[in-house]
Amino acid sequence: MSWLKKTFSSTIGRKFAMALSALFLLVFLLQHFAINITSVFSAGLFNELSHFMGTNPLVQFLLQPVLIAGILLHFILGVYLEMTNKAARPIAYAQYRGSASATWMSRNMAYSGMAILLFMSLHFYDFWVPEIVYKYVEVNPEDPFRYYEELVHKFQNPVRIGLYVAAFVFLSLHLLHGFQSAFQSLGARHPKYYPLIEKLGKIYAIGIPAGFVFIALYHHFFHA
Amino acid sequence: MKLKLKIWRQKNAQDKGKMVDYDIEGVSGDMSFLEMLDVLNNQLIGKDEDPVAFDHDCREGICGSCSLFINGEAHGPDRLITTCQLHMRKFKDGDTVYIEPFRAGAFPVIKDLVVDRSALDRIQQAGGYVSVNTSGNTQDANAIPVPKSDADKAFDAATCIGCGACVASCKNASAMLFVAAKVSQFALLPQGKIEAKRRVLNMVEQMDKEGFGSCTNTGACEAECPKGISLENIARMNREYLSASFTANE
Ligand code: SF4
Ligand code: FES
Repeated sequence: MSWLKKTFSSTIGRKFAMALSALFLLVFLLQHFAINITSVFSAGLFNELSHFMGTNPLVQFLLQPVLIAGILLHFILGVYLEMTNKAARPIAYAQYRGSASATWMSRNMAYSGMAILLFMSLHFYDFWVPEIVYKYVEVNPEDPFRYYEELVHKFQNPVRIGLYVAAFVFLSLHLLHGFQSAFQSLGARHPKYYPLIEKLGKIYAIGIPAGFVFIALYHHFFHA
Repeated sequence: MKLKLKIWRQKNAQDKGKMVDYDIEGVSGDMSFLEMLDVLNNQLIGKDEDPVAFDHDCREGICGSCSLFINGEAHGPDRLITTCQLHMRKFKDGDTVYIEPFRAGAFPVIKDLVVDRSALDRIQQAGGYVSVNTSGNTQDANAIPVPKSDADKAFDAATCIGCGACVASCKNASAMLFVAAKVSQFALLPQGKIEAKRRVLNMVEQMDKEGFGSCTNTGACEAECPKGISLENIARMNREYLSASFTANE
């Protein structure tokens, strides 16, 4: 297995791992969005889906740990890459026109990533921690109708809404580079289909965060 | 035209080095950037001062010797040219021009603007070749058919002159574009396929050993490369590397 270790400790292997975890997180986010958007048009459906996700043992004890591992891997590798890459140029330029050759998004993935991670701590504190306490610490009986109420309640606080909107702007910036970058890292770049990947990336990077913002604003303004 | 130059001066590898200001007059728009430095050096020699050391050889954009980070960009503000091809008409009278060496931990400064780019040579030596029998019974290369599109792509990759502008421009000081060009140039041709797996594994290993950063796909290398080497080469190298990792015997 030394070859595997060698592969994943090489610069290309690491970006491969970064891209794989990124694709996994992209799929997860899409699924998360698909469930959340139902809250806009059907409280019943939202409750049903949330109840399923919250109680299905496969989701709880397999997908959930895998998701947390995926986030941690993406985060730890990202920090590691940023640090080693900084160290690869020990003496900085007096003048460096980064914007002349690369986008702001691509040059600041570590910062947009940090902003997303900060938001995720808030998000975990808001939804995930109470959920775990409710289910596994206090061991309350499952109430399949509580999810919608909890969601609407959380979105009443304007400060939280502000933080949500800001976080999703950073997420969008992160994805504007990240989406197509993941494909490039996997070696999937060809004039035949690269324009499609780029287009899909833009749609995803703008559409999904905008959708999440819409959900938050919708509940904030229509359930006061 | 009159210019204010801010040039990195460093006596030797051990010296700490600093930016030094020089005023230069009588620069013509028809001069190349290196000729402008020649004029400056003549003035310095006239004043019994140490001339500014910089790399150059062909002065026509084919050897890859010249370097320089000019006003924050490798080979200056123009696209698809080397510093020796950069004309002074790109600058305006009274401009301040920053001139720095290509910076990377893997490119230590030797003196002033001259850096040691032999890390790129060592990567090349790790696998950037084909082993052919030169004992007299060498086969004519044209005897092996090559699809035109592959030949074109291989040729494009082979136009890399090894200048290191990709490393200098990358915020991560990554050498991926250079290595990708060298890997692609062989991987696309039948003669290169035989050693393709070992080649990419060895070259990437050497690249990592030299302390270059890792690629985060910003695309700065492609934008600043004087030969327009495309990011598609990096994608190809990623594919080659991953498939070689999983399928090579060693
Ligand atoms: S890829 Fe371009 S920038 Fe990099 S060494 Fe080759 S010619 Fe120079
Ligand atoms: S001196 Fe040869 S490429 Fe510039």
